[in-house]
Amino acid sequence: MERHALPMTITEKILARHAGNRSVRPGDLVEVEVDLALANDITAPLAIRVFHELEAERVFDPEKVVLVQDHFVPNKDIASAAQVKMMAEFAEALGISHYFDLGEAGIEHVILPERGLVVPGDLVIGADSHTCTYGALGAFAAGVGSTDLGVIWATGKTWLRVPETILLVFEGQRPRWVGGKDYILSVIGRLGVDGASYKALEFRGGALEGLPMHHRFTMANMAVEAGAKNGIFHADAVARDYVREHASRSGELFKSDDEARYLRVEHFDVSDMEPQVALPNSPDNVAPISAVDPVRLDQVFIGSCTNGRLGDLREAFEVLKDRKVARGTRLIMIPGSPRVYLEAVREGMVEGFLKAGAVLGPPCCGPCLGGHMGVLGRGETALSTTNRNFVGRMGHTESRVYLANPAVAAASAVLGRIGSPAEL
Amino acid sequence: MDYEGRVWKFGDNVDTDLIIPARFLNESDETILAGHCFSELRPDFAEEVKQGDILVAGTNFGCGSSREHAPLAIKASGIRLIVAQSYARIFYRNAFNIGLPALEAEEPLEGLRDRIRVSVSLESGRLRDLESGRSYRVRPIPPFMREIIRAGGLVPYVKGRARAEGNWRLY
Ligand code: SF4
Repeated sequence: MERHALPMTITEKILARHAGNRSVRPGDLVEVEVDLALANDITAPLAIRVFHELEAERVFDPEKVVLVQDHFVPNKDIASAAQVKMMAEFAEALGISHYFDLGEAGIEHVILPERGLVVPGDLVIGADSHTCTYGALGAFAAGVGSTDLGVIWATGKTWLRVPETILLVFEGQRPRWVGGKDYILSVIGRLGVDGASYKALEFRGGALEGLPMHHRFTMANMAVEAGAKNGIFHADAVARDYVREHASRSGELFKSDDEARYLRVEHFDVSDMEPQVALPNSPDNVAPISAVDPVRLDQVFIGSCTNGRLGDLREAFEVLKDRKVARGTRLIMIPGSPRVYLEAVREGMVEGFLKAGAVLGPPCCGPCLGGHMGVLGRGETALSTTNRNFVGRMGHTESRVYLANPAVAAASAVLGRIGSPAEL
Repeated sequence: MDYEGRVWKFGDNVDTDLIIPARFLNESDETILAGHCFSELRPDFAEEVKQGDILVAGTNFGCGSSREHAPLAIKASGIRLIVAQSYARIFYRNAFNIGLPALEAEEPLEGLRDRIRVSVSLESGRLRDLESGRSYRVRPIPPFMREIIRAGGLVPYVKGRARAEGNWRLY
């Protein structure tokens, strides 16, 4: 029996479409068709095991499976080499077209949009919690574990509980040195790390009009840091231009109905917003930079699926060009994809970064997850453009991590302590 | 389904990096993962946990990454059941998918300490402290999740359904 078409949010509409229903309501358990199913070198091995346990012969669609080497590559040790090899062999055996090996690979959430693999209206499931990044394009995207993903590879389907939506409305004029990272940190600071558990976050408001895509990716990316299932924007002209430039499909534009029901609405006026910093050891421990002690830094990291895009590097470059990283502070920078890297070379940014004293890594997750390249030692303090600063996230359990935007990170590297670009 | 075992008590916001730090994710063998489980938070855990023990935690258990290595390491260490105030979404899903039931307590589990013996009944939604006799309400799990647990996890569940009704076709 078909239900009367109720007013729905964009998240509900995309889920309804993929469940083959006219409408869905929060709390409904629905079985949905998946448009893209992603895994990386850490989560793929377990998903491959599940796929084999299911005794499936083929993946549901070799064009819709994506495998990216990004976490522990270039192989950090023999065990990671084995995991990467397993993934490569699986991709070969099952004819997976979107397998990204070194040279093509970058951070999954940077390269999928860049390669046009996600378009508005898609339903994307990834065995990585930051899969929610693609919500910036008006897609429903959520992270799952490896078993869910292995089952999707074998069946093309998964079950989801339709989430309630929290509407976040941003108004005002964006101040200098403030952007998506600061917006989303204020959200997480207000909601808390479990404030949006099992919920959808919908980003709207005048302050987001014309906001460049890299800021939107940063915001959707960190929805999960408030516990959310997905974070989503409406695909406006900026998003549609991005898609036109990168993808061959144009996707389907969904829009929340005016009468759609929200669990609650939160307003943010960005006009007076300062750059925000998340203090150790939680992404919800947020303060404006003027309230943060000028803590001395051993390391600064600019990169990751949160802030490793070209626009992020440009913001860091504005601060770093013709300046020097402070003695006693290491600056590690990792462009999120080979294309980002190449463009950074072309624009002369790489030369500027090297002259400033930064070290540049190959496109990968790098120090973000504390296992490879730039691991923090006992007692060390870092400021990072990544998304998590839990105890031990970037190394020793007695190291501390502060999170901020790329311009603040660059300024802090120059100052050798936490500081704002406005101080330079 | 009834469970009885010794309690391991944890606090709020225990994230996946504390359950199993990322640097150990170059492995996916669960017995090796179990050896590193809670290695920084509770260095005694891996050594002393026994088959059938029950993990009790506060709010937002398992927040952070999607790594299934986290519930796998817990399960392979011998823990049979988790009871927490609340869970991070992906962890909750992962736990059921690998056949590790995760229950939500409906009231604070303040009285519970390490090594107390408790019994938990999924049917009646009760957790009983076998030393003090005090009991706590836990939320019954949705029927769909109960079926997954009964089947032993999502893989046997999907295989069963693919066989039974052809609804989940395996390619
Ligand atoms: S950059 Fe960090 S958060 Fe992003 S996918 Fe890699 S490890 Fe995860």
